[in-house]
Amino acid sequence: MSALLSIRDLSVDFALGSWLDIGARRQLNILSGISLDLVPGETLGLVGESGSGKTTLARAILGLQKLSGGTIQFEGAPLASPSDFARVRRRTAMMFQDAVSSLSPRMAVGEAVTEPFAIHREALADRRQTARDLLAEVGLRPEIASRFPHELSGGQARRVGVARALALRPALVIADEPTAGLDVSVQAEILNLMADLKDRLSLSYLIITHNLALVRHVADRIAVLYLGRLVETGPSEKIFARPAHPYTRSLIAAEPIPDPRRRRADLAIKGEIPSILRRPGGCVFHTRCPIAKDRCKTETPAPRREGAHQVNCHFADI
Amino acid sequence: MTGAVLQIEGLKLDYAVPGGRLHALRHVSLSIKKGEVLGIAGESGCGKSTLAAAMIGLTGANARQSAGTIRLGGQDMASLSEDDRRRLRGRKIAMVFQDPMTAFNPVLTIGGQLTDFQHNIEGLGRAEKRARAQAMLSRVGLSDPALIMGRYPHELSGGMRQRAAIAAALLLQPEVLIADEPTTALDVTMEAQIIHLFRELRDDYDGAMVIVTHHLGVIAELCDRVAIMYAGEVVEEGPVDAIYHGARHPYTRALMACDPAMIEGRTARLPTIGGALPDLRSPPPGCAFAPRCPLATDRCRAEAPPDVQLTAGHRALCHEVRP
Ligand SMILES: Nc1ncnc2c1ncn2[C@@H]1O[C@H](COP(=O)(O)OP(=O)(O)OP(=O)(O)O)[C@@H](O)[C@H]1O
Ligand SMILES: [Mg+2]
Repeated sequence: MSALLSIRDLSVDFALGSWLDIGARRQLNILSGISLDLVPGETLGLVGESGSGKTTLARAILGLQKLSGGTIQFEGAPLASPSDFARVRRRTAMMFQDAVSSLSPRMAVGEAVTEPFAIHREALADRRQTARDLLAEVGLRPEIASRFPHELSGGQARRVGVARALALRPALVIADEPTAGLDVSVQAEILNLMADLKDRLSLSYLIITHNLALVRHVADRIAVLYLGRLVETGPSEKIFARPAHPYTRSLIAAEPIPDPRRRRADLAIKGEIPSILRRPGGCVFHTRCPIAKDRCKTETPAPRREGAHQVNCHFADI
Repeated sequence: MTGAVLQIEGLKLDYAVPGGRLHALRHVSLSIKKGEVLGIAGESGCGKSTLAAAMIGLTGANARQSAGTIRLGGQDMASLSEDDRRRLRGRKIAMVFQDPMTAFNPVLTIGGQLTDFQHNIEGLGRAEKRARAQAMLSRVGLSDPALIMGRYPHELSGGMRQRAAIAAALLLQPEVLIADEPTTALDVTMEAQIIHLFRELRDDYDGAMVIVTHHLGVIAELCDRVAIMYAGEVVEEGPVDAIYHGARHPYTRALMACDPAMIEGRTARLPTIGGALPDLRSPPPGCAFAPRCPLATDRCRAEAPPDVQLTAGHRALCHEVRP
């Protein structure tokens, strides 16, 4: 199937220091060597700890972050000019981590869910009816339309976020920690809602999260980021059954198991994620890797593939 | 119960809120023994943090304890003056919060603060207190304690700050350590390390620990017993094995069922609970979970449920369970 989104060798740098001394600007590399595909109807889970570059990648896809290298294709056409990115933003919706504060506090829910029409200058015949329809789609009662964000529960605010995301019938929904801070029962409702809508509207999802338990259930494929580098990608079931990269293995092993009979003897990974300002050379993970050898300190591992499964490690069995 | 370091009986606590009083704790009884680790779990708003704050006597100005007792080492907290209670904090009971910044003053160094926290210890000079502080930083796994002593709180990463906050809480060797969502703000690898640290600490610290979290995995990894709360009550309590492998209260069962980490295989649709929490300004007369409970009968809706002792140490607040 042809890809909805196709990212090749993407890199992003941030300028460091004052914007006044333009000549002397230092570049800080955030992402590099990122290649990913998303096919229609697929859910890709983008996993990594804070500071790994997940949100920067999402912003780059939407044209909110300048690329310093690589290409992005969306629905078969390359993204280059501002009008290309306007097209992506029209066809892509964002769901934010903090659902309440991503809604404008003075805007009633009914207005908030139909705001994308105004932003993209789309005609809207009956705004109130559209708002009611969108709210119904996410299982909210029509009265909610007149409420303000602070009058919503956490779960309701997420639902409003989903309704707003669906307003323009996107092809792709990028969801940044869509259930962070929600109780498990409410999280389950939101994930079920997202799954229903995906089937009904044949959406694709890019789910950005550090919640592995969640990703295991919802993602078809997973991409694991560490300090701005992709360390492993592949089918979700395969990666959870047999993670190849030592970092993926550590992440999975660090997740507490809700079963007192299976307590972890050793809670995996040592040390802290280094600052992106001091990204280790060679393999980025070598400073925390249990199987690192000398070579890992100097040589960046090339991707190794088996089918759809790819791992960037000198020593992983794949 | 003998040997209980902390004993709570029939505790009722409400908050003054617009439109009346919010009954955040409605008859809570719990006891914690020396050396034991108790987990407190339940969904947002069920009263976990209120209970933790009540244990250490730090509920806000709009809170009122309307019934029940909290005994620390046999002493009724209500019978103490605020000054006496303040003296107990730190020495007998200490707390670690989700946001470790709350433990520290942002404009003072970690070392200075850890030294000052010991002001009540008599017969120790400042140099000895600094040495104790540094030893405690090392004990909680901070690899360069001398350097950390001179750092300001904001100069540490979240994980390091949480370790420093745990060091601060343990400095006076309290009999009870309470941690409210100690890993919630951390990444999974840092969370694992903090769980690991608590495990190590429990081996050489003989006080009791209370771990408050909504994360069932954290409790399974760390605790001996768990209390599940719903709408201001402990609805089920018991050894972790009994609860995780034989939960009896319908709410506990429902809660565990919808946690994706509890589901072995991959599933596209997760179980849900349905309905919503009751309004705690006017809690229902019967069982608070009845409107959402698949087993609820008319009696459940009308009468408060009994506290049923199921096996030794395992109890559930439910009309429909039998020993
Ligand atoms: N200071 C306060 N004033 C008024 N109401 C409060 C106050 N603190 C908590 N509450 C209310 O008391 C109830 C219990 O809150 P509490 O913070 O103890 O729950 P929790 O279980 O810790 O929730 P979470 O998982 O969200 O931390 C909630 O309904 C909450 O809104
Ligand atoms: Mg709380």
